[in-house]
Amino acid sequence: MARINHETTSKIVADFGGKPEMLVQILQTIVGRFGWIPEETIRQLAEELNLSRADVHGVVEYYHDFRTAEPGNHIVKICQAEACQAMGSRKLTDYAKRTLAMSLHDTENDITLEPVYCLGNCALSPAVMINGKTHGRVDEARFNELLDDMRGSD
Amino acid sequence: MARTKIYVPRETAAISVGADEVALAIAQAAKKAGADIELIRNGSWGASWLEPLVEVEVDGARIAYANVAASEIQSLFEADLLKGGPHERRLGPTVEIPYLINQDRWTFWRCGLIDPLSVEDFELHQGFKALSKALAEGAESVLDAVMASGLRGRGGAGFPTGIKWRTVADAPGEQKYIACNADEGDSGTFSDRILMESDPMGLIESMAIAGFAVGANKGYIYLRSEYPLTHSILSRAIATARDAGWLGDNIKDSGFDFDIELHLGAGSYVCGEETAMLESLEGKKGIVRFKPPLPALEGLFGKPTVVNNVVTLASVANIVNMGGERYAGMGIDRSKGTLAFQLAGNIKRGGLVEKSFGITLRELIDDFGGGTASGRPIKAVQVGGPLGAYIPAEQLDTPLDYEAFIGIGAMVGHGGIVVFDDTSNMAQLARFAMEFCAVESCGKCTPCRIGSTRGFEVIDRMLAGDNREENYDLLVDLCDTMESASLCAMGGMTPYPVRSVLKYFAEDFSSSEET
Repeated sequence: MARINHETTSKIVADFGGKPEMLVQILQTIVGRFGWIPEETIRQLAEELNLSRADVHGVVEYYHDFRTAEPGNHIVKICQAEACQAMGSRKLTDYAKRTLAMSLHDTENDITLEPVYCLGNCALSPAVMINGKTHGRVDEARFNELLDDMRGSD
Repeated sequence: MARTKIYVPRETAAISVGADEVALAIAQAAKKAGADIELIRNGSWGASWLEPLVEVEVDGARIAYANVAASEIQSLFEADLLKGGPHERRLGPTVEIPYLINQDRWTFWRCGLIDPLSVEDFELHQGFKALSKALAEGAESVLDAVMASGLRGRGGAGFPTGIKWRTVADAPGEQKYIACNADEGDSGTFSDRILMESDPMGLIESMAIAGFAVGANKGYIYLRSEYPLTHSILSRAIATARDAGWLGDNIKDSGFDFDIELHLGAGSYVCGEETAMLESLEGKKGIVRFKPPLPALEGLFGKPTVVNNVVTLASVANIVNMGGERYAGMGIDRSKGTLAFQLAGNIKRGGLVEKSFGITLRELIDDFGGGTASGRPIKAVQVGGPLGAYIPAEQLDTPLDYEAFIGIGAMVGHGGIVVFDDTSNMAQLARFAMEFCAVESCGKCTPCRIGSTRGFEVIDRMLAGDNREENYDLLVDLCDTMESASLCAMGGMTPYPVRSVLKYFAEDFSSSEET
């Protein structure tokens, strides 16, 4: 993933009319395109939106989506919420951690593993989201297939 | 010969089990066979357990094939799929599927039926009829119909919609807003998502009606970021409705202006709380506001604002079309109309079931849901999301009704029903309730921010067998504090699932097995 630069940040701010009330949308757009929000972008946003750096920092830290460290090219999210727990998501999460040899919130080998609390696919639990696409009824075998597909897409 | 219509849902649940691959395989097989087909990506009927559900239109009737895999398309074509031929996947006519015909579809009736992104298809199925009627009959007539319907907020709180709308309509001020809460964060719920993916213009129409009724010219939809497909469908539907003249200035020469802005959330559960959502819509941290002032008087940017859930709003079009009394004729006592129940978790036939209030949990879980997916006995059912109580199997005959559920220390909430079988360790789930609260607390009030962490620490000690009785008392005490002193439902209701586990499944604290 490319790192966001000064010019692109200004462009995104302009796309949202330079309005401070669009801060969450601006940050969401940046994370959607670049995966994370570097420190210098926070400083630039504060300046361009006429907010304090603490204000922007506060918003970035508040929301789970707004990563402040660079993620891998592949983002794997495993649902931890109750409906998925009822269908074995705890075991699936343990399996994923073992298979990928990493913990939740870690980035290793270009993969970031994250928890998510509900993907709205609770009738077909457990659910996993890989690079923005939701998959249902994911058992260990299916999880391996999905990882193979994901790696094959490189 | 006319082109054969084939429907394959473009909806998250269907796609999560291969609907896109099925659609592609059908297009390829048709090309190879030289068959003239029209592939329509409809929404979902809500029977998620049948997905991917492929339908073929034969002599004006839609024939359903369930749980179709891309690898089976060849054999389906060989079995004369295009003429509705027999195959092990064939269910028969869609209109005869018991799961669907035994529902009371008031709000979700277009879901699955139409192409969600076609204004023509929407209009062919009564789309924008209610908005036209509202514009012709006036705001008072809409407010009267909503009041007469007895509709209550479907997001969970159950506040009477008519009273809220009347308050905003009567509030002084030129600028007012409609804020649609599409931050459907409760585990076990997906009705907002199904509606927005399957009938997005139904929501758009109802938001415009709400705007007209209360005097608002602008609406916001706050959609959670965990629903990327919904975002894509909804933004296209808004653009399409605008192009067709159903949004924007002077809608259909009525003199009424209304437009909708779609905002994305950023992974915060608390932003489903209405005042936190308003803060987030203003670009800030999703910190809960004190009430009063009510959002109806001082809401978004300090202006009078109707904050309603997706399903609440979407129910209004038919209330305007058919009259509030008709809606109030369904349901029981003070729970009027229908609720979109969502069968989730360990359930054989999971999906959306729109049904009048008064049906029991057992009827929903057994008759519609077919029992657990694992085939094992039910241990507990969580209704109403992470803040809802765990209901033991003995109480499954309770009718779904806001007041009846309060009576057993539970809540109907947004209608999510999550089933757990007898292998579940409920103490782990009580711990999870506290842990989730610790992860998601906005941090404004101490009982929620600190109490949740102390909560799972105490449970950990109980699970480790450390002073179990003393820690039990401490946990009850903590629940009392959180319940009575938290600012919003996050801290105030996290004790509900915890207490229900202490009450009905206390024995689970003596074993520390994983669920």
